[in-house]
Amino acid sequence: MAAMLEVEHLKKYFRVGGDRKLHAVDDITFTLDAGKTLGVVGESGCGKTTLGRTILHLSDPTDGVIRFEGEDISNPSKKDLRRLRESMQIIFQDPYSSLDPRMSVSQSIMEPLLLQGQLSKDECREETLNLMKVVGLAEDYENAYPHELDGGRRQRIVIARALALKPKFIVCDEPVSALDVSIQAQIINLMLDLQEERHIAYMFVTHDLSVVKYISNDIMVMYMGNMVEKAPSQLLFDHPLHPYTQALLSAIPVPSIHNQKSRIIMQGEISSPIDPKPGCRFAARCRYAGPECAQPQTLEELEPNHFVSCCKCRDINNL
Amino acid sequence: MEETILEIKDLKVEYHTDGAVIYAVNGVNLKLHRGETLGLVGETGAGKTTIARSIMRILQTPPAKLCGGQIVYKGEDVLTLSEREMRKIRGNKIAMIFQDPMTALNPIETVGFQITETIAIHNKIKKSEAMKRACDMLEMVGIPPERYGEFPHQFSGGMKQRVVIAMALACNPELLLADEPTTALDVTIQAQVLEMIQKLKEQLGTSVILITHDLGVVASCCNSVAVIYGGQVVESGSLEDIFDRPTHPYTIGLFNSLPKLDSTEPRLKPIKGLMPNMKEIKPGCHFCERCDHAMPCCAETSPESVEVSPGHYVMCHLVKKEG
Amino acid sequence: MKKQKPKQSASGLPEIWRRLKKDKAAIISLFVLIAIFFVAIIAPLLAPYGYEVMDKKHPFDKPSKAHLLGTDRLGRDILSRLLYGARYSLAMGFIATLISSVFGIILGSIAGYYGGKVDNLIMRFLDIYQGIPMMLLTVTLAAVLGPSLRNAIIALGISFVPGTARLMRASILTVRDKEFIEAAQCVNGRDTYIITRHIIPNAIAPVIVSITMGIGNCIMAGAQLSFVGLGVQAPIPEWGAMISDARNFMRGNPTLALYPGICIMITVLAFNLLGDGLRDAMDPRLKN
Repeated sequence: MAAMLEVEHLKKYFRVGGDRKLHAVDDITFTLDAGKTLGVVGESGCGKTTLGRTILHLSDPTDGVIRFEGEDISNPSKKDLRRLRESMQIIFQDPYSSLDPRMSVSQSIMEPLLLQGQLSKDECREETLNLMKVVGLAEDYENAYPHELDGGRRQRIVIARALALKPKFIVCDEPVSALDVSIQAQIINLMLDLQEERHIAYMFVTHDLSVVKYISNDIMVMYMGNMVEKAPSQLLFDHPLHPYTQALLSAIPVPSIHNQKSRIIMQGEISSPIDPKPGCRFAARCRYAGPECAQPQTLEELEPNHFVSCCKCRDINNL
Repeated sequence: MEETILEIKDLKVEYHTDGAVIYAVNGVNLKLHRGETLGLVGETGAGKTTIARSIMRILQTPPAKLCGGQIVYKGEDVLTLSEREMRKIRGNKIAMIFQDPMTALNPIETVGFQITETIAIHNKIKKSEAMKRACDMLEMVGIPPERYGEFPHQFSGGMKQRVVIAMALACNPELLLADEPTTALDVTIQAQVLEMIQKLKEQLGTSVILITHDLGVVASCCNSVAVIYGGQVVESGSLEDIFDRPTHPYTIGLFNSLPKLDSTEPRLKPIKGLMPNMKEIKPGCHFCERCDHAMPCCAETSPESVEVSPGHYVMCHLVKKEG
Repeated sequence: MKKQKPKQSASGLPEIWRRLKKDKAAIISLFVLIAIFFVAIIAPLLAPYGYEVMDKKHPFDKPSKAHLLGTDRLGRDILSRLLYGARYSLAMGFIATLISSVFGIILGSIAGYYGGKVDNLIMRFLDIYQGIPMMLLTVTLAAVLGPSLRNAIIALGISFVPGTARLMRASILTVRDKEFIEAAQCVNGRDTYIITRHIIPNAIAPVIVSITMGIGNCIMAGAQLSFVGLGVQAPIPEWGAMISDARNFMRGNPTLALYPGICIMITVLAFNLLGDGLRDAMDPRLKN
């Protein structure tokens, strides 16, 4: 069965003055099946947010192929893009700035339905109330405004809105990072429930490794625009192969006093993503770096479904 | 190690805005020993930042209002000191690091100057001496002293936070208040910064109050913990007390809401409901509406803080019942 | 299921009004302006005489029972002329501001939203536009169109466009990159829809404040025009024209110029204070 979303060698470069280019997303390839979740992790500047936005054409890709349900959508016409938008939605990180402060809860949720124009105004309103129920927003909030509500409720509005057009694929850009821990848990549960009921595929972009493991089937680790490792969640956490992934996982503070592991403290800072030299971009901070690392790296499948982009991977992990 | 360097007794702070009153801090009791790192854990609106700002006396009054209690620092109640006396302590004996390094630094002054300035304000020494000390501080936080003359925008977020830490520790304070110092940073940089704070703490013998909502950070850095909810300390004790024997339903709920790396549960167990907005003080426990174990008495009388084991205090009626 | 009709109200309106009420100067100004407006409307009922009625035997009269504020050089009742004058001054202020606002908002919105070449084009056009001194522009227009109240209003309206346009553009730039705009694009909102439904309502607050104060400016500018003879023609008692009339007699009869001057001053001050109050009331940073 073909995957719902196929991305091949996707690139997004930004021009920054003169001829210089910022390599935000550089040669990313992956597939996503319907109803599944791909977690995308990495730190600031790795390109994970740009990746999601490029797939949705909020930013046009520089190169590469995107296929959605078999259809090539790398360069869609305006008409195609409008049709696609009904199947692909996005949930932004900040529920404070992703809602129009001058629109009430029901107006925000109804907007996509009204713009679509397939339902009458009354039908739109009914569907809105239905959506509010689905995301756990009490009907009383129908005429409330975003600034009157807390972060958790605002994010529920955003989710209801994203669901309105019955999309098959939602890019979730750090949807719970701005929320308190106990609210995070509520929203994550909601998203898992919705995925089960509506068979929606998620691309879950986050820097929070514990959250991503919970919600993802597969996880992709990005560093400076490159994909350095991709594996099913459990496998990635049990058996990280790339030195960056290893350092990343060891850096997560564990809320327990008994398995405090020794942290791999990376030296130095992230290098510039503008016109990067060929070869591994992590080499400058990697404790295993050697001369081979200046060669362009290739993605290899070292275990079933476990892809790594590191020339020294076998040596480091004694494979 | 047992000397009490800071004691907060029954602190109460209110915010008066636009006719409404918010009861931000409602009777907080805390103790900090020399050389200890106390983690102040709680979610947004719990009152942690207000507590820290009260210690430094940098609350904006109005709209804040100190309504009661004492903050005893080495025998003196900080709340009764004059502004002039407080200035000698602020930055010098008690220093604070804020969450957002982007806005904590003056963008039009070099980082070296900002550290030198802090030193010069509190010490009557020659400028060249102050500059040398500033360079020493930079080195201590892992920044090459050659970068003395650079401006904040030339540094990344993690490095800016290190500069902020250098500024805070420049006068070798006895007490450091760190308000979510790593929340805005990437996890690998967070690891670097926390490790550095630990190292410096041991080197300089500083006592630290670390405010955070991240239990993982607490587990890796703190000796003792206080859990804040609704402007009160609902549970406090040593690190082991809180992590191995969490007793208050809110603390337990917090641990349950966390996605755990080694768990196989299909769904998380969030705490139902939301933190109340503290616009009125209802009788009874502030947590009872969200509590799975609430009893009738919880809504009527406020629970007292009970010592369930040496040093481990819990504010909950359940505990009292078991005696 | 309950079927309620959802309330239709802009989010901030009741809140804005509540905050505005606290600014005493703004509220007093509001009442003053309402009073002046009222007076302008019922001027014929209030004025003891028509504004052009001359009493040639009693020029430059001191205040008396017959003429409460005295008469001018042609024996016309000053009080009546002041009352009627409110109409013309306010008309100039409001209509000229209306013209400049409409064009300013449209130009500023297009420049701000589309950016790039369109923005450059519009901004350079406005640069040239603003390079022409207003007086020169108005004089030229008056020469071409002929001096009259209507042409003065048109000239003023045209002169004030660049200021509003720039302000609107700046305000839009702050709103345009907010995520909720992208969110509207994601659900297939077309450009015009996004501009009118999302951007303008969120960007309009500073412009409203500026418009309020702009009315005051227009009245002043209108008075200046009348003062130099462009704009209303005799015997229309626009306040600026009244000052112009009294110019040559200031030594002996300063009140002839003083009264209309005070009227202008009070009106413009009231608009400015109201504008200040509105700006504070609409400032989103004061929302808790």
